[in-house]
Amino acid sequence: MSTKLIYFAWVRERIGRPEEEVELPAGIETVADLLRWLKSRGEEYENALQYPDVIRVAINQEHVEHHEKIAGAREIALFPPMTGG
Amino acid sequence: MSAVVPVVRIQAEDFDVAAEIARLTRGRNDIGAVVTFSGLCRDEQGRLSALELEHYPGMAEAEISRIACEAIERWPLQGLTVIHRHGKIAPGENIVLVVAASAHRQAAFDAANFLMDYLKSRAPFWKKEHHSDGSEGNWVDAKDADDKAADRWKRPPSK
Repeated sequence: MSTKLIYFAWVRERIGRPEEEVELPAGIETVADLLRWLKSRGEEYENALQYPDVIRVAINQEHVEHHEKIAGAREIALFPPMTGG
Repeated sequence: MSAVVPVVRIQAEDFDVAAEIARLTRGRNDIGAVVTFSGLCRDEQGRLSALELEHYPGMAEAEISRIACEAIERWPLQGLTVIHRHGKIAPGENIVLVVAASAHRQAAFDAANFLMDYLKSRAPFWKKEHHSDGSEGNWVDAKDADDKAADRWKRPPSK
């Protein structure tokens, strides 16, 4: 099953695309696992996810913590801390 | 008391503060207090020509609605409207509006304050600066102060 990844703000700019469909390899269970795997996919990912702790993540449009499981996620968004308002 | 349904709008266009207040109060005789907060774009002493607001369509509405529903649960409100703009916004223009209506002022003040503190740290919007001198603008950094402001509304865990 493929998962849609969506990127915003400087995460989007550094990765160089707004979204993509990926097949998650076996063993990617948590948000932290996903960030670690993505970071290994190339220079642009390494650049965007250099400090994974600052990256905020939403699964199916709800905020999640890095230790949470991603099972059943249709859409996972990665973005910097928010600056609206 | 019937449940208050918040009005949440994410839009590129500007909003009319007076019209939004009237929308909540028209035909009502039970509202004694309306608090509005408007957030505007600053030019930072002439440094900026605009702010560009990127947002996560779908989640922006959903997250602000979740925050608005929490406010309705916590304070006795009679109406609540939250409008957040996206796209390129020039200095002096509106960015965000919160309108809270209640019988007495304290609930409306507190709810509007809570809404803005939570929205700053949880609503999926990102500001990019456009510089007046035409140089490449930066993404605005999130402030620790905004996270702390949101934290003060955290409730003790229920026993």
